[in-house]
Amino acid sequence: MGKFQLITKGRIKENPTFVLLLGMCPTLATTTSAINGMSMGLATTFVLILSNIVISAIAAYIPDKVRIPSYIVVIATFVTLLQFVMQAYVPDIYETLGLFIPLIVVNCIVLGRAEAFANKNGVVDSALDGIGIGLGFTLSLTVLGLVREILGSGSMFGWKFIEGDGILAFVLAPGAFLALGYLIVIFRKLTTK
Amino acid sequence: MDKLLVSPSPHLHTKTSTKSLMRDVVIALLPAVVVSVLFYGWSELLILGVSVASCVLLEYVITRYLLKKPCSVGDFSAVVTGILLALNLPSTTPWWIVFIGAVVAIGVAKMTFGGLGQNLFNPAIVGRVFLLISFPAQMTDWTRPQGFIGGGLDALSGATPLGLAKEGGVAAVEGLDYMDMLFYNIGGSAGELSAIALLIGFVYLLVRKVIRPYITLSILATVAVFSGIFWAIDPMTYTDPLFNLLTGGLLLGSIFMATDYVTSPMSNWGGVIFGVGIGIITMLIRYFGAYPEGVSFAILIMNSVVPLINKVCHAKKYGR
Repeated sequence: MGKFQLITKGRIKENPTFVLLLGMCPTLATTTSAINGMSMGLATTFVLILSNIVISAIAAYIPDKVRIPSYIVVIATFVTLLQFVMQAYVPDIYETLGLFIPLIVVNCIVLGRAEAFANKNGVVDSALDGIGIGLGFTLSLTVLGLVREILGSGSMFGWKFIEGDGILAFVLAPGAFLALGYLIVIFRKLTTK
Repeated sequence: MDKLLVSPSPHLHTKTSTKSLMRDVVIALLPAVVVSVLFYGWSELLILGVSVASCVLLEYVITRYLLKKPCSVGDFSAVVTGILLALNLPSTTPWWIVFIGAVVAIGVAKMTFGGLGQNLFNPAIVGRVFLLISFPAQMTDWTRPQGFIGGGLDALSGATPLGLAKEGGVAAVEGLDYMDMLFYNIGGSAGELSAIALLIGFVYLLVRKVIRPYITLSILATVAVFSGIFWAIDPMTYTDPLFNLLTGGLLLGSIFMATDYVTSPMSNWGGVIFGVGIGIITMLIRYFGAYPEGVSFAILIMNSVVPLINKVCHAKKYGR
């Protein structure tokens, strides 16, 4: 697999949300608007790239039996860093995303990439893999957030195009499941031609 | 469609078809439809029209162009869904909300699962519940529009009996007359207007053997017993059984929606379990929940366990 493919595969072929169906918890919970979805995606991407780099570098020294706890420690370190940075520079988004920032520690995508890719590949490849998967995640969260925002509150990236409320259900949990389900259908339809 | 149909004996022929059953349900709904149009006038007629037309149209478009299957509009099931959805909405609902409800009912609840016979949840109720959480303001606007008859009868405008009971307790609904509720004077969704009209439909369905009475009767009995127990313990806090039977969507739900063939258990005992579950959940929501009325939620919740009920309550195998 070429270096370029490592970056592009996360967008369609191994899209974490629509194909691998990983990280459903933040996907459903934080995509109430396009901005929220994008922030969550970027936050996860940040952790994903750095943890992939570090884990691929130290994978050879970690005994097989304790690898999962070790990965978690590495991931948790970066999440804590991210949490402080976000609290300092983007307090609004930090407030909105709330609990889901610390929950990146247990995000299946991050651990999944560490387990499936980073511990078998070199540092550069792992970094590219982190970028690719992370961008795929960000893209799908933004799309999902955008759909829910348009239908649920009648706005796009915070810009309101109708007066009043939209279809409230799309801002609530049931709408998240509905929108995700139909987006997966559309995604499959488009990619399996 | 399959060219060759292989089925176990006995090979009996019956005139009954999906079409004739659904037509009977439409006929059974007519009294309630007529009463609601008479009392709510043009706005109710508009809601019914929009609801039925959009349900039928959506079913046609989806089967024809999205699923590319034989068109199933002819079996009247979309008409039934349309009428039930309209009867489940307040008579002041704007037409575009009705249309969104039809999209959710037919598009999401019915066609996504594969059409009639494969839907897990009752389409009309899914539509109603979706609208209820999406448009809480419009869906609880119980102002009564001018009807064709009975113009001055707006004693209950503003709130349903169940809504009053939820806010003000038993004292708030003490003055209400049960005869009013029985005939034509319940505030609420269009189909909840007259208990008698719904009961006429129930009797028609029973006489024509379209539905079996187990589900409906077990729901009503459970509600009566449950509220009877609580009422006997503390009549100042809990509303009485008759009030609970006559108000809200209980009759509409238990007669026309819980008995939907596709989304209810197959055996009689299964039906009883199903009905008791709906009755208990309804009363729990009415007495202790945040919403004043819980029939639609109760039916949806019990819809989801129907496959389990079917597993427990096998139908007896023929000849054994």
